[in-house]
Formats: sequence, structure tokens, C-alpha cells
Amino acid sequence: MKYVDEYRSAELARGLASEIAGLVQPGETWRVMEVCGGHTHAIYRHGLEDLLPSEVELVHGPGCPVCVIPMGRVDDAISLAEEPGITLATFGDMMRVPGGRGSLLEAKARGADVRMVYSPLDALALAAKLPDRRVIFFAIGFETTAPATAVTLLRARAQATPNFAVFCNHVTIEPPLRAILETPGLRVDAFIGPGHVSTVIGTDAYRFIPKEYGRPVAVSAFEPVDLLQSIALLLRQRAEGRCEVENQYTRVVRREGNARALAAIDETMELRDEFEWRGLGTIPRSAMRLRAAFAEWDAEQLYTIPGVRIEDPKACRCGEVLTGQIKPWECGVFGTACTPERPLGTCMVSSEGACAAFYAYGRLRRPTEEPVGA
Amino acid sequence: MARRRAVLRDELITLAHGAGGKATRNLVEALFLDELGNDVLSALGDAAVVPGGGRLALSTDSYVVHPLEFPGGSIGELAVNGTVNDLAMVGATPRWLTAGFVIEEGFPVADLRRIVASMGAAARAAGVAVVAGDTKVVERGNADGLFVTTAGVGTIADGVDLGPHRVLPGDRVLLSGTLADHGMAVMVARGDLQLEAEIESDTAAVHELAASLVALGEGLRWMRDPTRGGLATALNELAEASGLAVVLDETALPVRPAVNAACEILGIDPLYVANEGKLIAIVAPQSVDEALSLLQASPLGTDAALLGEVRAKPAGLVLLDTTLGGTRIVDMLVGDPLPRIC
Repeated sequence: MKYVDEYRSAELARGLASEIAGLVQPGETWRVMEVCGGHTHAIYRHGLEDLLPSEVELVHGPGCPVCVIPMGRVDDAISLAEEPGITLATFGDMMRVPGGRGSLLEAKARGADVRMVYSPLDALALAAKLPDRRVIFFAIGFETTAPATAVTLLRARAQATPNFAVFCNHVTIEPPLRAILETPGLRVDAFIGPGHVSTVIGTDAYRFIPKEYGRPVAVSAFEPVDLLQSIALLLRQRAEGRCEVENQYTRVVRREGNARALAAIDETMELRDEFEWRGLGTIPRSAMRLRAAFAEWDAEQLYTIPGVRIEDPKACRCGEVLTGQIKPWECGVFGTACTPERPLGTCMVSSEGACAAFYAYGRLRRPTEEPVGA
Repeated sequence: MARRRAVLRDELITLAHGAGGKATRNLVEALFLDELGNDVLSALGDAAVVPGGGRLALSTDSYVVHPLEFPGGSIGELAVNGTVNDLAMVGATPRWLTAGFVIEEGFPVADLRRIVASMGAAARAAGVAVVAGDTKVVERGNADGLFVTTAGVGTIADGVDLGPHRVLPGDRVLLSGTLADHGMAVMVARGDLQLEAEIESDTAAVHELAASLVALGEGLRWMRDPTRGGLATALNELAEASGLAVVLDETALPVRPAVNAACEILGIDPLYVANEGKLIAIVAPQSVDEALSLLQASPLGTDAALLGEVRAKPAGLVLLDTTLGGTRIVDMLVGDPLPRIC
């Protein structure tokens, strides 16, 4: 397939892999974090780690939109869905995330009207089809998905749709990166910057990482050759004594980002004082809420949200997985009490979650090729 | 005195059509018998009486597809081909089907006739007769238009023994054609993805392909039609049941460009998407060439391919050697394949 196969070429990949092998220092451990869950998924799906020299260790980051939602927010969504007259719409992955009172999928089986949609605009269209109900879109995601929610709100206002609302849980990418960079004993030497978030916010948004924390960044596309090239770019920076933000995803990402998308977010949303992140705790000014001008479409203004904080299960170490402190298989419940079938933590739910991706694709302990944690 | 020929003038199915009276009789005789009739079914007895003996294969399956009609087929063809294929996979010759219809009140009779006619055509093409049936009408809102359940009976020749117990390390994995056509056709036809693509379901009866492989004798070990859950799920079931490993070569997987593009856009892995007119065959190494040419000689098997092999280890797992030169696990999915969020 054109525009895909080129980026999966085994020949190009081998060339980049040997370049990378030539840039590492024998015996060192050089750790690079891929921030984005989409990258994690691609790394495992294509077996990318098999091509890398043992000196390069990939560390999975916090950029999985489903993984960072805390259990309390899932319970809030369930309580909205259980209100009479409400239809709750959300992305498929979000329906399986366990809260304190089970998942949205279980709430649906108990009788709540929960629908899976592919886009917030589908939720708005659903509201037009169900005039006697209020359709609430359970919005999640980083700056990648926030513009779609913003555009949907602008359209709801333009159409004066009375029976639509948004339960806003959009988060921003900079605060968790800072939280990781501030972690005592940080184990990350370089960052593969997220691709799709960067189409919106641009590469300039990461300049604080080399400037304040002395780590290089390469914003990367999602195909295996892209990821290998980004790793090579980062190692080349080190070899040449540079430390900066580079853009590998030049076919889509601009330095300044997408002005129209940013304007749509800014028109509809503003930063909250604080937001609880799964496994990372409460982080100030790290998430978005709807602006007062959109109060008539704001589920948090229209309904009483319980807002109860639910402790993560003690055995669950999602927070350490999300910040790259441990690998999925180092968590004690990985593959035993926590599996894709019965996830304990969010990282095991979404295909972009590090644990789910590793469980589905990676789980081989080489060279014996025996499954681990199964 | 000859009974008056039944006539069905209604445009919509009503609860009366399920009440067992004249309306039911009209529906059964003027629609179902019209489209599916044969000597056995036309007797309209409480049970069909068919000749038989020896070893029989039995299978049943319920069909609840939405939309009911999609590019390349309808629930009617699926209900026949799906059960025919299930019988064929154990080496049976499909012979008889039964069909149960749960119809939602208000369902258009014209749609029902079109669907039942497609069942009739599929049954004739597959050489099976629908010999018994049942109809129920449920109130509006209690069914998604139409549910169909078919059960099938096939006969198995002496000496045919297929199953995971026959699979050995070194055996090869063959697939009779392209992956993921049916599942992606239905997903696109639902319209909620607002994706336009010319993808047709592959629904077809593969009993003749299966029969040609059964003729290989000892060389054929195991067959499966990779329907819901796709190739990955079927091979995981084999790996688990046999305690062996299945290793696939990513570069050998046959996927149509349009199907591949739709999967890429949605972030769905074609390995997990349903097929309705394909078979997987595990064959002994010495039978691979013959099996592949037998498959490729049929119009249903022109894209047949050798996908990989069975190994002793790692026990119970399916692995994929990626185009890039890596290796990964191909696990079972927990739920439906879902489009990625971003």
C-alpha cells in the first residue's frame, strides 16, 4: 500500500538498524522513551526491538489517552450514564476501563444507555437522532483529540443543539512529561516525541526538554522505519554534541503546530486548576474544562458529578509503567491478576497501553521464546 | 380436493404472521416454501425424515449481522454458507439444513423474500436442501429486523479423521484466499465510519475446496473456516488444542489493497477480522505443493497462499515473523477489534 509500505521496508529498516548499532557505545545502556502509546503499539506490532542493539532500551511513556484516566472519573461517567434520560457516548476502548464500580461496558449491561462512537461529531449526530434524550460525550485524550471535541462544541452552538453535552477529560501533554523529568533517579536519556499530538501543538512545545532538562527530542511518525530513523537522529545528536528538538515527522508536523486547531481548543476550553492522573496523582494545570460560554453543553455544569477519588488497586503499578520506571512485566500482577480479559490497571486496557501492547505482541523471553506472565 | 394455493399479500410482517394461523400458513407456503421448497420440506411435517447412516456431522449457528444486506451478500447467504462451511471443515459432505427465523414485527415482506431467495440460491449452489424450518415473529424492538439460525447435517466418509490431534511439527499452514474481506465489508456498510471503499464480503461455500483437500488423505491434518475472530483466533485455538506453535510469515499474508487500506485507516489488524468464504488447512510438508495447486485451481482459491508452519515450541502460541525482520506474538482478542482513538 502506497505511503505505508515505504515506511515498513525491511531494507531501509536494516540500514537504519546498522547505523544505530554504529552510534551506540558497546556495553552502555541508552534509554529512549517513546512518549506516545501509538508508538508503543507500533514497536511491538512490528517486532522493532528485535532490530535494535542490546544497548538501546525502549521505555514506554505516558501518552496513552485511556491509560491516564483515573478510576474516579470512570465512576463519574458511569453515574452520568445511569441518570434517567441520558445516553453516554464514548470511544470503544474507554468502555472497558475499570472504575471503582466496574466499567461502562458493565453499566451498559445493567441497563445504562452507553454507545460507542468513533468521533465526537458522531455523538452530536446521535443527539439529533434522539431528541428526547441528552447525549453526553465522554471526552478523553491529549491535544490530539481535543480539537475534534472543540469543533463539535462549536457546531453544537451553531446548530443550537439543546440535548448534547460534553463531559470533558481532555489532558495536556506537557505536565506528565515534566512529572517524568522531575522523577528522582530519572532513567531516560532521550525522548521520541509524540506524532499526532505534535500535529496540533507543534515541535516548539518540547523545547523545554533539551533546555531545562538536557534531554534531546525527536518528534516521530508511527511506522517502524520512522521510529528507527528517530532513534538514529537522537543518537546522532549525542555523537555530534547537540541536544535539541528535531522533527522526523516532517510530512505532517510543523514547528508551530496547527493554528486553527489550537484556536478551536482555546475558544471552547481552558485549563483546570488541577486534575487527577491515573498513577501520577494530582497535577496542577494539566487538563482542560469547558469555558463558561459553553456551560449549556458542559455535563459538569448540568449534572452533579460525584467526583470521588478512588485509590488505585494496591497491586497495580500503572503509575510506574506510565513514567517508565518499570517495564510491564516487572509489575507483580502482569499477566496474572491483570490481563486484557480482566484488566486491573488502565495500561492493560487500550491497545496503546504499554501492558496491553506487550501482553498482546511482546511476551516472549528470548532466546528461549517462552511466554512470560501468561 | 386440492388445497388453495397460499398467497402472501402483506407488505410488512405483523405479529399475526407468527401466531400460527392463516397468516403464518401464507408466510410459510407463499414465501419460505416458494424460495426454499423441496420434497422433504414441502411435507411440512413436525420433523424432516431423511435417508442416512454411517458417521454424521452436525452443526448449528445463529446469524445476527447488521446490516442484513451488504456488498457481496446478505444474512441469507451467510446463514447457509456458514453452516455448510462448518460441516465441510470436519471433512463432511453437507447434506441437509434446517432454518429458524426470528422476525421483528414490521419487517418488510419484500426484504424477507429477497433474503430467503438468496438462501435458496446459496443452498442450491452448495448442494444442500433446507428440510425443516421454523418462524417466530417478535414485537417491534425485540429483534434487530431478522435473526436466522441454521443447523446442518453432513455425512463423513469412512477413514476421514481431521483434528488438532493429527497436527505435527513441520506441517504447513495454507489459507484459501485473501483475509478480512467480510468483516471489513460489513464494517464499511454500517456507514457509521463514513468510510467509502469498494469492499465485498467473501461469503461463499467452500465445501468443494475442502473436499478436494480431503482427497489428499493422510496429508490433510486439520481445517477451519476463519470466521468471527479471524485467522488469528482460529490458529490460537489450534495452537492451544494441539500444544504446538504456529509461526506465520507476515510477507505471505494475502490482503486486498482496499481491505488493507481500510484496516490501516481504522487501526484494525486484518488477522482478527472475519472471513466467510475461506478455509485454513494444515497439511503435511510433502502435500503442500499438491494442496496449494488444488486450492488455486478453484475460482474460490486463486489467492491461496502458504502462510507458515507448525513448530514444537513455544507451545500453545501463534507467532508472526514481521516484514521488518522481528517476531511477535499473535494473541487472541478479548472483545471486538476496535478502531484506534488517535
